[in-house]
Amino acid sequence: MTLEAVIFFVAAALALGGAVGVVLGRNPVHCALLLVVTLVAVAIFFLLQEAHLVAAVQVIVYAGAIVVLFLFVIMLLGVDKSESLYDPIPYQRPAALTLGAILLAEIFLLAGRDWVTGARSVRGSATKPVDGADLGNVERVARSLFTNFLWPFELTAALLVIAVVGAVVLARRSGQPPELDEHEQAIEAQIAEAELSEAAEEEEDVEAGVGEREEGEQEQPSEVPT
Amino acid sequence: MIVAALEITANYYLVVGALLFTIGAVGLLLRRNVLVMFMCVELMLNAANLTFVTYARALDDVGGQVIVFFTLVVAAAEVAVGLAIIVAIFRRRRGATADDVRLLKG
Repeated sequence: MTLEAVIFFVAAALALGGAVGVVLGRNPVHCALLLVVTLVAVAIFFLLQEAHLVAAVQVIVYAGAIVVLFLFVIMLLGVDKSESLYDPIPYQRPAALTLGAILLAEIFLLAGRDWVTGARSVRGSATKPVDGADLGNVERVARSLFTNFLWPFELTAALLVIAVVGAVVLARRSGQPPELDEHEQAIEAQIAEAELSEAAEEEEDVEAGVGEREEGEQEQPSEVPT
Repeated sequence: MIVAALEITANYYLVVGALLFTIGAVGLLLRRNVLVMFMCVELMLNAANLTFVTYARALDDVGGQVIVFFTLVVAAAEVAVGLAIIVAIFRRRRGATADDVRLLKG
């Protein structure tokens, strides 16, 4: 096996293993750390394909900034406890797995159809010398980014500003708890009652095996004033 | 030996990308924790990025790598706003599961 093949298969195992770990992990912190494994493995794929700039950005922005943001929010909300993987909606899991299998089959079906035209673009080569000079990957991406893609590049600045403003507005703490109007209060009460009765039902289900059933205890949720 | 001459072609990367995308999509459907669902979205974005870079090399076109750049920006913006929404929801509901958000349920 060539060195590239060895690196590829190790990185593929890391990427897929990390991804499965993200899906199956019970603790959100473990999920975030396994996500880092997958992201770094994808960065290795980028390096293998001579996309040096994108690989560096992947590690810095994704594995650095985004995952740290995830961990911040996990710690801020205090949801770093293991959660039960109990599924309140029956048949959701088999349905999800079936849909996933269909999706994969669809991707392979479409990929086998030669949808790629192979047409050459005007955005510059990724490997061949440009104007007689042998450029590095960073310079190639920069040339394309600041000529062909200048307008989208400027738009990303606007997108980031909008995202920052939106995040600040959404997460701003106003000092006092949010004021609920009458209608919202009624809905909140209804939901709280429904949760209580659900919990009671779960307990009943547990006790049903023993044979003791408590019925008629929980009230019907009150009507919402319209 | 057969494996001695094994060459990694673009198809290998594309298969890994497809598998990563599928794992992310299944995770999005399976999990109830909003944060983990977000991580699954990141997995799917990464699978798309991997496919872009693979085609950038296969077609010898640097445009694919530039697109990955933009995808990263959009992912960063999406995470910033999405996590802010999660924090705002958590302040009201004290829970981080998708099932807690059901005010619109009839």
